[in-house]
Amino acid sequence: MTRAGRVALVALPVAFLAVFFAWPVIAILGRGLVPHGALNLDPLGQVLTDPSLRHVFWFTVWQALLSTVITVVLGLPGAFVLSRYRFRGRTVVRALVTVPFVLPTVVVGAAFRALGVSGSLAAILLAHVFFNYAVVVRTVGGLWSHLDPRPEEAAQVLGANRWRTFVGVTLPALRPAIIAAASIVFLFCFTSFGVILILGGPRYATLETEIYRQTAQLLDLPVAAALAVVQLAAVLAALAAGGRARGRRTEALGLRAAGEASVRPRGARAHAFLAANLGFMLVFLGTPLAVLVIRSFGAGFGFDAYRALTRTSSGFLEPPIRSVWTSLRYAAIATVIALVVGGAAAFALAGAHRSRRRGRGLLDALIMLPLGVSAVTVGFGFLIALDSPPLDLRTSPAIIPIAHALIAIPFVVRVMLPVLQSIDPRLREAAAVLGAAPRRVWLEVDLRIAARAALVAAGFAFAISLGEFGATLFIVRPETTTLPVAIYRLLGRPGAASYDQAMAASTILMVLTAASVLLIERLRVRDVGEF
Amino acid sequence: MRIRPLAALILAALTITACSSGSSPSGAGRTVTLVTHDSFAVSKPVLRAFTKRTGITVKVLKSGDAGAALNQAILTKDDPLGDAFFGVDNTFLSRALGAGIFVPFTAKGLSRVPAAFRLDPRRRLTPIDYGDVCVNYDKAWFARQKLAVPRTLDDLADPQYKGRLVVENPATSSPGLAFLLATVARYGRDGWTDYWKRLRANDVKVVDGWEQAYDTEFSAGSGHGAQPLVVSYASSPPAEVYYADPKPTTAPTGVLTDTCFRQVELAGVLRGARHPEAARQLINFMLSEKFQADIPLQMFVFPARAGTPLPSVFTKFATVPRRPLWLAPAVIGAQRDNWIKQWTTTVLR
Repeated sequence: MTRAGRVALVALPVAFLAVFFAWPVIAILGRGLVPHGALNLDPLGQVLTDPSLRHVFWFTVWQALLSTVITVVLGLPGAFVLSRYRFRGRTVVRALVTVPFVLPTVVVGAAFRALGVSGSLAAILLAHVFFNYAVVVRTVGGLWSHLDPRPEEAAQVLGANRWRTFVGVTLPALRPAIIAAASIVFLFCFTSFGVILILGGPRYATLETEIYRQTAQLLDLPVAAALAVVQLAAVLAALAAGGRARGRRTEALGLRAAGEASVRPRGARAHAFLAANLGFMLVFLGTPLAVLVIRSFGAGFGFDAYRALTRTSSGFLEPPIRSVWTSLRYAAIATVIALVVGGAAAFALAGAHRSRRRGRGLLDALIMLPLGVSAVTVGFGFLIALDSPPLDLRTSPAIIPIAHALIAIPFVVRVMLPVLQSIDPRLREAAAVLGAAPRRVWLEVDLRIAARAALVAAGFAFAISLGEFGATLFIVRPETTTLPVAIYRLLGRPGAASYDQAMAASTILMVLTAASVLLIERLRVRDVGEF
Repeated sequence: MRIRPLAALILAALTITACSSGSSPSGAGRTVTLVTHDSFAVSKPVLRAFTKRTGITVKVLKSGDAGAALNQAILTKDDPLGDAFFGVDNTFLSRALGAGIFVPFTAKGLSRVPAAFRLDPRRRLTPIDYGDVCVNYDKAWFARQKLAVPRTLDDLADPQYKGRLVVENPATSSPGLAFLLATVARYGRDGWTDYWKRLRANDVKVVDGWEQAYDTEFSAGSGHGAQPLVVSYASSPPAEVYYADPKPTTAPTGVLTDTCFRQVELAGVLRGARHPEAARQLINFMLSEKFQADIPLQMFVFPARAGTPLPSVFTKFATVPRRPLWLAPAVIGAQRDNWIKQWTTTVLR
């Protein structure tokens, strides 16, 4: 890599995040805390000393921590069986596991309520695990499938039992991916909005729901800004903790092609372990999804609801089914933005980590921040920041894929970075010794290995955009109906027929997600074994 | 080339983008931008009629619920997002007028609108539609239980209806707020918290929004929940009939007319609009017979213009309470946030 190339890799993500994230957030915080040109920190003091807000803060923190721990503990075995065991239908299972992650909260809320799970802390935790299971399975599984199995074999030959091997060899190797997944899950639960309101009920409040109330309902910008500052500080602290845990030492791991590292389950114990995990996924993830699908066929168990989606009904300018196309279009654009920006950031970070350059922690945190800042803050920030040419994007449809990309970029980076960091430097040295120029080394080694991780990331980014609802709702957008917005509209009409149509649209969203993830994974599977 | 899949993906995305930008309407004429909330709806032929008559294309910008959309309009008042705004209701009227985001304008059909809806004497806001938030009941449930249907707000606190009512949180839901205002209007500033204490003792169920209340908790809703009484709209029974397939001959739900709170929705020309003349024409059009007649089946509220013909599901199944509960917008504006806070302490804590 040349110096100019390195600068470009850093500049692209920094510029993107500065314009579409940092600037809007600073602008809206400024409206609240610097109202008449002078800094006024009174609201911050007011927020910090208010006992009920302190309660809200601690609840936000501990429910997020608890949700994260449970999700990681339950997700790790799932990541193991889906990345290390070869069995029929594995690709399909891996795609299906992603489905809960993208479903709108309104829809999942309805399914959970139908199953009698709502109005309690348990419901909040269950929903957080349900939504984020895929984050652990995919982020950790992405690295796990490439881990060289030989160190584990060596440990076992040397007499370590399975547990010791796992704790002593596998876990340290997976640490960057586990911490990456845990950070993402934590941020998601920390800024959880729909789950808290819909499944927790009105008695539960988090910083996110409070910021929403202060901004969107009360228009109390000073208090909203103070709360956002508290949220930001907590998120930065969490990211710093994650960064420390991750950054202590990243060793080069002998990476293998995904096919090489996975084996057929051997022995009764392996089979039982596989069965137990698949059973868990089936019951825990499958039941709420099954409820939705069954409802979509209505009382008469027919396709009426699906047929109704093809007709223009009241409240819609075009048949709701057209929103499928709209969603696919936005998802494709968002995926490209996220891959380009996130990919550049991942390469920049991997390079910076190798040469221990300063500021890498800062870039790392900046990339993760959009997950930890309230969608209302960003949405309202867009309004006052992006209002003059050439960036008058407030009323442009482009704002939707950009917002989706903001959420997808952290995933792209978190999926790609562990893989990039684990590239054995000897591979590069070997290439150089064999006469490859630096650019060629980068193209043939780094980029080649990254391409595979990029496809996993692309699947994730595509799915995120397909299902994104929260941020979409808070940004001003031209009359374009994405699938989740169409579902929300259908749920807003009385009557069983409309409800069935909402469930039919949700089923379509599920199928679409699974299909697109599967398709993108296909691209990956085809070139397995190339390195 | 080993990274072909990635290249293919990018190519596909670019193709899709290229196709989509090609299909956007290339309107040669003028455009007007209407800023509004997520519940705004109009049918395509009606929009086309406006374009045909005036040569103006309407661009609709949506964001969030009525409160969020208005707050965004206030936040951008120095550089407005569009030319006209639709969706200020009487519960947020004083905030909108106080922020000075609208300019006066007398719409053409205003004289046809009953005086009770003309809430701004300076005519910065033009009434477009109205509706009522009322407690709805499940007819079949009460018939099955052989229980008399409650009539008044007082009845709802009666022990024989214990655990039978689901309401929305006024802090997060517009019908929830309207129902809170109904109780303030009925019991006065000193009495309404006592009423809610009685409701709480009677196991009133509180959920976050209308969707959960109606779709999941209401016994006549699609979720077949446990509560036969729900805070919804006076237009919910006709909507039930309209969206059902096959259409029933009677509505499955009814309305307790003594519990209704009136909501009026208004529109205005934004201060600093780039196309003020087009915005005025749009608001004139929104008060015209054509648009007004389109309102009931698009947004399930009533047209503000007197004498507008109603569709048959409305004439057959809708109830318009003769004397809905009401509070002056200025009173609501001064007390709303305070009342919500008090409500939260009384009912949730």
